[in-house]
Amino acid sequence: MKDVINFKEWFLQKHNTFEDSLNGENTYLMHQIRKEALENFNELPLPTLKDEDWRYTNISPLLKYNFNIVTKDAKISNDTIQNYRFNNLKSHLIVFVNGQFSAENSKLLNLPNGVVIGSLSDAIKNNPEIVEKYFNKNTTNNHQIFAALSTAYTKDGAFIYVPEGKIVEDPIHIIFITSSKDEKIITQPRNLFIAGKNSQLTIIEHYISDKENIYFTNAVTEIIVNENAVVDHVKLQEESKNAFHIARMEVGQERNSNFTSHSISLGGALTRNNINALFNDEGSECTLNGLFLIEGEQLFDVHTLIDHAKPLCNSHEHYIGILDNKARGVFNGKVLVRPDAQKTNAFQKNKNIILSDQALINTKPELEIFADDVKCSHGATIGQMDEEAKFYLRSRGIADKTATAILIRAFSSDVIKSIKIKQIRNYLDELLSKRFSQ
Amino acid sequence: MSSTEVKKIEELTNQDYKYGFVTDIETDSLPKGLNEDIISQISAKKDEPEFMLEWRLKAYRHWLTMKEPHWPNVKYPEIDYQEIVYYSAPKNLPKLNSLDEVDPELLKTYEKLGISLEEQKKLTGVAVDAVFDSVSVATTFKKSLEELGIIFSPFSEAVKEHPDLIKKYLGSVVPYTDNFFATLNSAVFSDGSFVYIPKGVRCPMELSTYFRINAANTGQFERTLIIADEGAYVSYLEGCTAPMRDENQLHAAVVELITLDNAQIKYSTVQNWYPGDKDGKGGIFNFVTKRGACRGVNSKISWTQVETGSAITWKYPSCILQGDNSVGEFYSVAVTNNYQQADTGTKMIHLGNNTKSTIISKGISAGHGQNSYRGLVKVSKKAKNARNFSQCDSLLIGDKCGAHTFPYLEINNSSAHVEHEATTSKIGEDQLFYLNQRGIDTENAIGLIVNGYIKEVLAELPMEFAVEAQKLLSISLEGSVG
Repeated sequence: MKDVINFKEWFLQKHNTFEDSLNGENTYLMHQIRKEALENFNELPLPTLKDEDWRYTNISPLLKYNFNIVTKDAKISNDTIQNYRFNNLKSHLIVFVNGQFSAENSKLLNLPNGVVIGSLSDAIKNNPEIVEKYFNKNTTNNHQIFAALSTAYTKDGAFIYVPEGKIVEDPIHIIFITSSKDEKIITQPRNLFIAGKNSQLTIIEHYISDKENIYFTNAVTEIIVNENAVVDHVKLQEESKNAFHIARMEVGQERNSNFTSHSISLGGALTRNNINALFNDEGSECTLNGLFLIEGEQLFDVHTLIDHAKPLCNSHEHYIGILDNKARGVFNGKVLVRPDAQKTNAFQKNKNIILSDQALINTKPELEIFADDVKCSHGATIGQMDEEAKFYLRSRGIADKTATAILIRAFSSDVIKSIKIKQIRNYLDELLSKRFSQ
Repeated sequence: MSSTEVKKIEELTNQDYKYGFVTDIETDSLPKGLNEDIISQISAKKDEPEFMLEWRLKAYRHWLTMKEPHWPNVKYPEIDYQEIVYYSAPKNLPKLNSLDEVDPELLKTYEKLGISLEEQKKLTGVAVDAVFDSVSVATTFKKSLEELGIIFSPFSEAVKEHPDLIKKYLGSVVPYTDNFFATLNSAVFSDGSFVYIPKGVRCPMELSTYFRINAANTGQFERTLIIADEGAYVSYLEGCTAPMRDENQLHAAVVELITLDNAQIKYSTVQNWYPGDKDGKGGIFNFVTKRGACRGVNSKISWTQVETGSAITWKYPSCILQGDNSVGEFYSVAVTNNYQQADTGTKMIHLGNNTKSTIISKGISAGHGQNSYRGLVKVSKKAKNARNFSQCDSLLIGDKCGAHTFPYLEINNSSAHVEHEATTSKIGEDQLFYLNQRGIDTENAIGLIVNGYIKEVLAELPMEFAVEAQKLLSISLEGSVG
């Protein structure tokens, strides 16, 4: 590895050039936040296999490269974007190319008064008071090296603000596309979604690339769900099979709010998702579902934390893993019930299917409970295709591959069918049957 | 629950440790502290052959390079390893041939515990190798076992009489480099039990040892080694009670089990060491390394434990399933009351083909108790058709206790079937109501429900032991809830 500068050194060095490139956008507030985050980034050690949180995920492949920070705009044709839209789904579209908002590609439908859908860099200019109130308020970000890196390089990302009592009827489809020729680049989308009191919205985060390039996506999404608000979130990760994808999602829920997330992961050479949901008040509901379908030498790692800090909240979690070839999967789901968080219900499930002898799954469902009037459970299973079920299908004249596809679809249906948007369900169904009946 | 019921529970929770007493027996102790000199002295006192001393010193030198681990979910004050007495033996102990020669004080101690040797000898057919502090004082039924070729003797004797077996198997499951406490044990272990069951022999009785911690400030470092040769079977019982102390005492034992082709070992433990008083003062630190290796085909190792005592319990009885078709089992009840902490579970390492493992863990937390299940199920690349079922349930009594589960499943083979289930809940109001309504008071109702909850594990204990297990549970568990 010649001429590769140490990962941390590299980003420390590049920061000045980065901030200079922001000319004019360099407001005092954001500058302070970035500077503090850079200090945190400098102080935090890079995770190794000795850290409990990273014991199954070795990030050394990521450290082999120096990823360039993109400062100039890249262009993507509307036709390319059209390929990634869901058939027959009426939705607002916002597009980020290499982490930067692309107005040409984006298209919004009619919106209720006061709703803001756009880019974070615009929001910093136009709605600084909202950004200041909600941005980077979750302190865990300061202790995570990749989140600190994201904060230090905060520039752009999706920004959604739905004021009190407003309902955004159509889903908001956010496409993050990475496009580069031979350059290895890093994109750091920084998303901030705020649902006001009694509001409702549906968000689709969609990560794609136009080529099978090596690049690094370091995404941070912050979601604030205020009182009585309902947020439905889908993340579809279809990055290049050579890409690195490290993402953190922080959800804060106020009284009687409802948050649902479906995280579908298909791409990436190395993917690490951290999803943290925190109940700030009573009476809320949180659903975290996920599906990861990996093959080749892909590594997928998801860590979730549901923090029952307040009583009377319910959480449901269901993750399904399908692993083929030499793929490696890691599931770590933690449910924390704090003292006095009585009347908590928390259910967690993780089901995995291994299709080859070389695939590997590490699963660790954790329950930490400090209150007694609770109902909590978790279950994890690991197995292979049910040979009897397959035989049943084969004996009825269904080809081997089709039978496999049917069984895989059935296996993953628990998660897929709970996605509310029909068009996404269809998209995934099609993708699964295509993948396994080839 | 109504406030009077809560009060009642509190009253019962505050019960003192019934088995707390100190037996006045002269002891022969080495000075506090740990260095090569002390180790040589321990070895010399035991009259050990050269190879044992070398092994101890190797372990000690390795131990000096190690750091005390702090990953478990337990909190305890720093242990000063130089403040511990590493050897303490009751004095005046010439070789004993019958119970009459045993110090009457000692016998009284056992009687208080309800485990009179004579009674057991006559009524239950259990051969007892009683360990009082660190030296075995009485061995019974040795003769009838000898006729079958079974070796059941104190470790220190076995070292002298069967050095070949010791050399071959000691440290083969838990090497002296294994972990901080196992290494410490390897350096300073005082005594323990050695069992060898020859080919094709089914041990006709349950073998049993009592560990007691008696002299103040004595770390107890037991070492147990059980070998079941081809086709052999043995059921081994280990039970503990300890007198009341204010200072924390460290117990770092090592147990190694080895089964060859078609052999089976059943290892049962009832642990009721002093858990500390109701404010969390005192109590035993129980940091134990227990591991069994199913070396041969169709072999089986089964761990059953009822953990009611100790201020801190930290142990993971494990099975290494090397032989094809071998089976590992783990049944556990862990109770934490007052300020007790437990971080316990198991490791099932599947290496051979068609290996099976079952894990049933029942945790009960009351008062300020913290109970963690931590377990690993690992299926290696070459282990075809491995099967595992794990169930970890936690029961919470009171709102200041905690229950935690940290299961690790590492699966490297597509033919594996692994299932893990865990639940946490409190005693159901409806169940209580049902029993109350039929005229059973809350205290007894909770007792009934808890008993039902742990039945699966109690059923695994041998008859002779189940009775005592229930007796011990009634003190630390049922005493606390009803």
